[in-house]
Amino acid sequence: MALTDNSGERRPRAPFAPRVLAFAKATALTLGSIAVTMLGLVFITFVIGRVMPIDPVLSIVGEQASRATYDAAYEQLGLDKPLFVQFLYYLWDVVRGDFGVSLLNARPVAEDIARVFPATLELATFGVLIGVIAGIPLGVIAAVKRGSWIDQIARVVALVGYSMPIFWLGLMGLLIFYGILGWVGGPGRLDIFYMDIVPTRTGLILVDAALAGNWDVFRNAFSHLILPGTLLGYFSLAYISRMTRSFMLEQLSAEYVTTARVKGMSERAVIWRHAFRNIRVQLITVIALSYANLLEGSVLTEIIFSWPGIGSYITTALLSADMNAVLGGTVVVGMVFIVLNILSDLLYRVFDPRSK
Amino acid sequence: MNAFNRLLTSAAIGLAVAVSAGSATFAETPANMLVIAHRIDDITTLDPAESFEFAGSDVSRNIYQKLVNFDPNDLEAGYQPEIAESWDVGEDGATITFTIRDDLTFHSGNPVRPEDVVFSLRRAVILNKTPSFILTQFGFTAENVEETITSDGNTVTITTDKPYATSFVLNCLTATIGGIVDMETVMANEVDGDMGNTWLKTNSAGSGAYKLVNWRPNESVTLESNPDFYLGAPAMERVVVRHVIESASQRLLLERGDIDIARNLNPEDVAGASSVDGVKIVDELKGRLMYVSLNQKHPELSKPEVRQAFKYLVDYEGMKNSFLNGQYTIHQNFLPQTYLGASDEAPFTLDIERARELLASAGVEGLEIEVGVREAQERIEIAQSLQNALAQVGVTMNITVGTAKQILSRYRARELDVYLGAWGPDYPDPQTNAGTFAYNPDNSDEAQATGLLAWRNSWDTGGLTEKVEAAVTENDRDARAQMYEEIQAQFRETSPFVVMFQQIEQSAMQDNVTDFSTGQAITAASYWQVTK
Repeated sequence: MALTDNSGERRPRAPFAPRVLAFAKATALTLGSIAVTMLGLVFITFVIGRVMPIDPVLSIVGEQASRATYDAAYEQLGLDKPLFVQFLYYLWDVVRGDFGVSLLNARPVAEDIARVFPATLELATFGVLIGVIAGIPLGVIAAVKRGSWIDQIARVVALVGYSMPIFWLGLMGLLIFYGILGWVGGPGRLDIFYMDIVPTRTGLILVDAALAGNWDVFRNAFSHLILPGTLLGYFSLAYISRMTRSFMLEQLSAEYVTTARVKGMSERAVIWRHAFRNIRVQLITVIALSYANLLEGSVLTEIIFSWPGIGSYITTALLSADMNAVLGGTVVVGMVFIVLNILSDLLYRVFDPRSK
Repeated sequence: MNAFNRLLTSAAIGLAVAVSAGSATFAETPANMLVIAHRIDDITTLDPAESFEFAGSDVSRNIYQKLVNFDPNDLEAGYQPEIAESWDVGEDGATITFTIRDDLTFHSGNPVRPEDVVFSLRRAVILNKTPSFILTQFGFTAENVEETITSDGNTVTITTDKPYATSFVLNCLTATIGGIVDMETVMANEVDGDMGNTWLKTNSAGSGAYKLVNWRPNESVTLESNPDFYLGAPAMERVVVRHVIESASQRLLLERGDIDIARNLNPEDVAGASSVDGVKIVDELKGRLMYVSLNQKHPELSKPEVRQAFKYLVDYEGMKNSFLNGQYTIHQNFLPQTYLGASDEAPFTLDIERARELLASAGVEGLEIEVGVREAQERIEIAQSLQNALAQVGVTMNITVGTAKQILSRYRARELDVYLGAWGPDYPDPQTNAGTFAYNPDNSDEAQATGLLAWRNSWDTGGLTEKVEAAVTENDRDARAQMYEEIQAQFRETSPFVVMFQQIEQSAMQDNVTDFSTGQAITAASYWQVTK
């Protein structure tokens, strides 16, 4: 699902009342397109779930069940109804936030997702922050000092980030910073002794600990988050810095930059006030994509760091043919993409004067 | 991760530990807490009437008591009284009357009554979940449990459909499905007539050494000790089993002192961890057997000399000492060690000359066969070793590697010449393996007895079927053990099965952990006897 770049849209300035109307119309259009996208997403996941050669009834009643038990479960699941009616039932359940019960662990899928998604959200947010904070300046400097040693370093950093297997990098990170130096926490989100201390409100341990004012738990959670977070951040940094560099190079070679320089503007002003301003919209797309990728969950990172996130949840469910969990997870990941899409659309409007 | 990567990682961890030895300060888990790293993603339910997976059995064994149970410190002794303080077998041989202890309580505070025992066993039969066959093989059905499982005063009586060996019935009652649940608590949580099944999947209502604090799928299981446990309050007041998939991650956690026991180290990491100060490796034999079987529909493979020859064509020692090192030991009988009647006789060794003579006397020449193997590294390596040995006697064996489903469906359809795979017992009685390896009452294609290994290989068992049936009804425990030894002696010589290896589980743990048991082949892990 690609993020749409509608920065090219133009809206004529209009008097106040029609502008409100136009805004309402735009909002309605956006909401409408979200609804259609969501409907499509749910429909596709539903169809995939139904065409899979898996008998959901058998998973529930077991192989030894009698014909009567089987039929009862079959009807209870609504499988005797036409496919279209089944879809409406499924849609109605999804709208109410009910993804059914996981065949694998007998819990409501929604409950599982509420448990695993915050873990991924925490990790991905930390990662993308590092990617943005370090990646953008690195990309800008690399573009400005093109060909210099700093550009070479940025290139190597990005290359390593692209090509290193995360599995190996993660294990080595654990080995050095946890195994040898003992600077950070090991696999898992918390040490055993800090588990179940702060009440779960958001599922984001850092936030929960802060809300409870328990800074010991906060510190411990942070010590566990920092290594996998930095690792994911590094991959996001590699991508963001490369993209920033190429966007900047394009701008720096533009005529308006030469004009600004000729006018005697300081180099700093040229770079940040002129060139950088013009790449913000493109950068938003890159950051949003990078964030969305992290929010899908990084299965390998989650495995090495025993991080109970959505990536390994969906993978485990897939391997055990737990279709309810797979569909629930897929719908949630799809929603994440849609939400990020809307957010970046909104940001485009803020940053792109043409769309005002 | 491939073997090279594993080796690399293992070497790097070894180096790191060597460098950091003595310098870093290592954490230590609290003295009253046991922390275990284990793969627990196979748990689908914690209801004892439904649970049939390894990690789930570990949890269940520590939460629920049974009528009779195994002592973790003396598994060889067989079942011992637990909720039942004694039992009598009726004259007809089909009724067993248990006298129930009167001093046990559930975690809820409710007393453990004969009614709870009756409720739990009936419930397991009525719910009819996957493991229910362990009980229903004695003739219990949802319709007859009202008469066949009953209580009177302080006794519980069960009536089987025909006389069975008492040891057979009692061994089956030690399985997870024999766990006794708190009727009041369970029925208070009943939804739509499910007898509390939905609730018990994620909660506990037992009387054992521990109660469930929580189970977070793919994350952790936390248990809290029951201070009123009848054998005394467990030393480990809290047990946390953490789901850690990666062997290297488990090893790092262990060497940093953040866990007490790592249960899924690969051989490289076991070798690495064994040289670390303060860490010990404990081996336990598990129930899984690795075997090769020959389809008796094949005109050549069904010759007695050919069956014999195959048993001399396995490089038992060579494999055990190389790629199976530490994970499997040589075992040539269908009952795993620690089972009643198990035998450690292992008369076969790699003997190419002997095999060549046997094949020549059977007039076998230029034989070409196919072996089906699941895509698992160790199995493929075993197949290759066998292929090598067979080539030396002029037999060509083609290896077909497939998914479990592909290979098993052909095996069950009696289509494979040779099958190479594993078998694990379903419940803690010798009948579980005898009844599949050496039992096949109807060898016709129409019988479709796909659950029987003997049928899958079209083997009529040469009279062992009757002996297995006789062993199931022999009431004297020692005489019964003797019967299984005899069955296995004949089986070793005549069967088309080449049983090769029994699995070893290696747990790495802190030096101070004592008496930890994963239950060997016969039962699941237990924590109440652990000290540190």
